Amino acid sequence: MERHEYDVVVIGAGGAGLRAAIEARQQGKRTAIVCKSLFGKAHTVMAEGGAAAAMGNVNSSDNWMVHFRDTMRGGKFLNNWRMAELHAKEAPDRVWELEAWGALFDRTKDGKISQRNFGGHEYPRLAHVGDRTGLELIRTLQQRVVALQQEDEKLHGDPEAYIKVFAECTITRLLKDGDAISGAFGYWRETGDFILFDAPAVVLATGGIGKSYVVTSNSWEYTGDGHALALLAGAKLINMEFIQFHPTGMVWPPSVRGILVTESVRGDGGVLRNSEGRRFMFDYIPDVFKDKYATTEEEADRWYDDQANNRRPPELLPRDEVARAINAEVKAGRGSPQGGVFLDVSTRLPAAEITRRLPSMHHQFKELADVDITKEPMQVGPTCHYIMGGVEVDADTGAASVPGLFAAGEVSGGMHGSNRLGGNSLSDLLVFGRRAGAGAAGYVDGLAKRPSVTGVEEAKAEALAPLERTGGENPYEVHHELQRTMNDLVGIIRKSEEISEALQVVEKLKERAKNAASSGSRIYNPGWHLALDLRNMLLVSECVAKAALLREESRGGHTRDDFPGMSAGWRRKLLVCSAKPDGTSVTVEERAQPSMRGDLIGLFERSELEKYLTEEELAEYDAAVKES
Amino acid sequence: MGYKAKFRIWRGEGGEGRLEDFTVEVNEGEVVLDVIHRLQATQTPDLAVRWNCKAGKCGSCSMEINGRPRLGCMTRMSTFEESETITVTPLRTFPVIKDLVTDVSFNYQKAREVPSFTPPADVKPGEYRMQQVDVERSQEFRKCIECFMCQNVCHVIRDHEENKPNFSGPRYFIRIAELDMHPYDVAERKEPAQEEHGLGYCNITKCCTEVCPEHIKITDNAIIPMKERVVDRKYDPLVWLGSKIFKRQR
Amino acid sequence: MTQTTAESAARKQRAQIRVRTLRTDRWWLAPAFTFAGLLLFLIYGFWAIFDKSYFVDPYIAPFSSPCLATSCPEGARLFGLAPFGDWYTLPPGILILGLPGGFRLTCYYYRKAYYRSFWLSPPACAVAEPHGKYTGETRLPLILQNIHRYFFYLAIVIGLILTYDAVLALVHKPAGLGSWILLVNAALILCYTFGCHSCRHITAGRLTHFSRHPLRYKAWTLVSKLNARHQKFAWASLFSVMIADLYVRLVAMGVINFPFA
Ligand SMILES: Cc1cc2nc3c(=O)[nH]c(=O)nc-3n(C[C@H](O)[C@H](O)[C@H](O)COP(=O)(O)OP(=O)(O)OC[C@H]3O[C@@H](n4cnc5c(N)ncnc54)[C@H](O)[C@@H]3O)c2cc1C
Ligand code: SF4
Ligand code: SF4
Ligand code: FES
Ligand code: FES
Repeated sequence: MERHEYDVVVIGAGGAGLRAAIEARQQGKRTAIVCKSLFGKAHTVMAEGGAAAAMGNVNSSDNWMVHFRDTMRGGKFLNNWRMAELHAKEAPDRVWELEAWGALFDRTKDGKISQRNFGGHEYPRLAHVGDRTGLELIRTLQQRVVALQQEDEKLHGDPEAYIKVFAECTITRLLKDGDAISGAFGYWRETGDFILFDAPAVVLATGGIGKSYVVTSNSWEYTGDGHALALLAGAKLINMEFIQFHPTGMVWPPSVRGILVTESVRGDGGVLRNSEGRRFMFDYIPDVFKDKYATTEEEADRWYDDQANNRRPPELLPRDEVARAINAEVKAGRGSPQGGVFLDVSTRLPAAEITRRLPSMHHQFKELADVDITKEPMQVGPTCHYIMGGVEVDADTGAASVPGLFAAGEVSGGMHGSNRLGGNSLSDLLVFGRRAGAGAAGYVDGLAKRPSVTGVEEAKAEALAPLERTGGENPYEVHHELQRTMNDLVGIIRKSEEISEALQVVEKLKERAKNAASSGSRIYNPGWHLALDLRNMLLVSECVAKAALLREESRGGHTRDDFPGMSAGWRRKLLVCSAKPDGTSVTVEERAQPSMRGDLIGLFERSELEKYLTEEELAEYDAAVKES
Repeated sequence: MGYKAKFRIWRGEGGEGRLEDFTVEVNEGEVVLDVIHRLQATQTPDLAVRWNCKAGKCGSCSMEINGRPRLGCMTRMSTFEESETITVTPLRTFPVIKDLVTDVSFNYQKAREVPSFTPPADVKPGEYRMQQVDVERSQEFRKCIECFMCQNVCHVIRDHEENKPNFSGPRYFIRIAELDMHPYDVAERKEPAQEEHGLGYCNITKCCTEVCPEHIKITDNAIIPMKERVVDRKYDPLVWLGSKIFKRQR
Repeated sequence: MTQTTAESAARKQRAQIRVRTLRTDRWWLAPAFTFAGLLLFLIYGFWAIFDKSYFVDPYIAPFSSPCLATSCPEGARLFGLAPFGDWYTLPPGILILGLPGGFRLTCYYYRKAYYRSFWLSPPACAVAEPHGKYTGETRLPLILQNIHRYFFYLAIVIGLILTYDAVLALVHKPAGLGSWILLVNAALILCYTFGCHSCRHITAGRLTHFSRHPLRYKAWTLVSKLNARHQKFAWASLFSVMIADLYVRLVAMGVINFPFA
């Protein structure tokens, strides 16, 4: 079996993975990047709107404190405040750094990086390139990796001496030596051959879990591998009940259902209407946001030109609010013919402006749905988009509870609380990717000796099992049933009975998955790959459902029909999932959320905090304010 | 709405293989990739195909459909007659791994041969000031999703394997053009474009432009302007003389 | 980067598909039309050079303008000049034909057109070319294509002369159909000429900072607009010049003789 020794192995080549690998390599560590698809194709390419960073280029009132406040508000104060703080402070540097590596963002008149409006952000804050920001981000990082390789080639004669990409290679197990990480085991998708990494530090950057749902904006890669790998290695997952349903996914044709319609459509003037032609979002402004959003169409329309003196249109409320509103409109029978609502820019902007500002949306609708968005409205509906939950990490270093394990990006949890603001993910990838890379490098420096790998034979047997069975379950069918179940029973709106039912189905599917069989050889065999992914999807789905059942309130990406209100008591609690190494007995425990540091909580008005905090916490707040 | 479509798909490992016939259900609004997925789920679970975003953004699902390079996820079934037999083959210019999946490492090799963005040493991150008009040309080239269909269709290497070592291909010509037109790039790229990357092999027959799913005007906006810049540097005696007299480098 | 260990030779191979193309559309149509169009032009041009009826006051046939030999009729001479004396006995068209000919021959669009339709390199996209070896424009003679910009400089002169001819004709015979035909032809030729890629490069394409040269940038945007239609203007002017030329000759021969001719 192929075997490689590295200092740091980064699993995932999206924004977080690449940024982590670049950092580890810059700190002199021999680094491997492993990813399931080709280099440069990770899910990050799909991000459209932009990367949030309080550079203040468009509105100079913006700064990290405003960004911090917006992030906490968006996450309904469940965020890990230290992460939100680091994120708001460091995002501008990370974006500027990309520019020095060759990224070409859209510009302001005075030549700086232009920034656009997005839901939940008080000021125009998203650095962007048209509507293909993710592509720019990943390409820049990819080219930065290549630049480092060119440097290494000059110095050592081998471009891959210090940083190497293992593309189309899937990791199925993390290996340990006692308590600590000692490597990773996987297979080449192309050949089916196994590969072993011997490394004291592993950074997980595997993205999300959307493929457990039918209607999703996520690709096949999002089978929750990193979440599951961490769980199996003994790490903890937090906030798994919070899943972001993006309000605007395509609803037609069926084969593209779920594909994302970027939020910039609304940021640039698009409005939501129901079948009666009403801009229904005005009816759905929740109390906590009443003073920040326009109450009349006139005021909302004025806002696009004069943001200082008007409140923003309610179409730009945080995603969870908009998704629920659309859901409610459709349920009330005011939906569009294909079961969504109308999103219209055609009557709001001139055609040329639409094709300039939203080129890929124009292209996407033209090619896939035969709809010209400069002439007619789009039909959109909620789609499973992002998981706020993930591996519990230390904010400063990205370290998980297992020594040697680090996580960054969508696979890590805490930063976004119960709901992520648009644009906060791309900046999250950069900020915490870098921190995790540095954290891993620091950890390796502090080790007395390299750990040794164990458990290879078990990993091998587990991976080969589906090929050795004959006449077992068809993995495609098991997958499909899981997707339906999660979509219908643990979707946007949840109920206790439905979640319990989902858990029973998952339990049965787990049995069936154990019996999944794949025909064909080991060479590029998608049936086999799916059979192996099932373990991860089922494990993650179980965490989501179990946590969702426990949390008896509605907050952000978790809405309980039977507990519609937000509860200050629940805000203090995190739900933490763990499992046994064989993937059985997933348990969820409550853990207290640490209180916010005095100087940070002091950034908020008391009147705002009253909506979220318990009396006890408010007393702490008063004390903190008095002190300063 | 559904109907049964006839497909012929190239199947095999390495170079060896054959076209196999399938009959498969097609529903309204579907694209070729959907049909291939249905084949995977119902008839041939080990049929290999690369894909990722299913929205034309990642450039993974490049294949040849009825002989033309296309993205499987952006080729709607409604563009074909119901009675037509649709032939799907892997990209021809690269070695086959299995079925529709090819080994595109040639492109990553070439990517590494283009020197990276080289800003002046004294500009710090955050100090970059660029006008929109000055970055627009390069931005067009950065739309590239690396589907490698231009590389695949270019006859210089499609029909002449022996040219591969000397020719970087249209994808990397736009990369060179992007950097040469970047307001802050200071590296010399014209001479190498001709000498090392084989710009001269291109006979501007525009197939790369024809297949590009991002509608990048590869030939008109990158290759020909680069050829003209090369002429400045290498072939035009007047410009050469002028630069000697006025000591103008750029 | 998608390397694997121990590859067998077979895995290094392209798909063995033994047909030239699997395209099912009529891919041969475009090169066939191009071939026919260019051939027609060559045949016509060859005939026109040797045809002597190129002048009828106030029209001069574009293929023979400027007329620079003493054999040219008085009125046909450019500014009355005849730098080529009596010793020159060949048709005067030959003197200048190389300029527009060379311009079009080295034009980036026409290169595409004839490489595809005459040389079949390639005949159409994803259709294999019949040649065993290919070196493109890297060596003689094709490396000479790089002098295109010099032909462009000269083509501006030719374009202006044709415009001058047309304006002169219009002044002398405002109601003549021929004057208008010449004018349209001159306009199309100018559109073709100023849409040239070399022109685009010279106006501002070679600059890195458009924003520092607003006037040149403006010119570049205009040239770019023409350039985007370069293929269309290449064909339109190719036919217009043939039509204009033939028209003048037919008038000169007396074949066309209605009052407004
Ligand atoms: C359509 C869409 C639009 C979006 N728009 C925005 C936006 O405008 N702004 C914003 O901030 N966010 C946006 N997001 C969210 C954001 O793009 C993602 O959250 C982010 O890209 C995740 O990045 P990542 O680095 O964590 O992982 P990814 O980029 O998803 O990368 C995951 C990597 O892990 C690899 N991997 C996974 N499992 C394994 C395994 N078992 N073995 C080896 N490798 C593995 C994959 O191959 C891949 O390389 C959008 C998301 C979507 C889907
Ligand atoms: S224009 Fe040049 S690079 Fe593009 S396909 Fe043709 S020969 Fe290849
Ligand atoms: S330039 Fe166009 S065709 Fe070529 S790789 Fe990029 S997107 Fe694909
Ligand atoms: S799957 Fe991403 S481009 Fe087709
Ligand atoms: S005339 Fe066609 S490119 Fe110059």
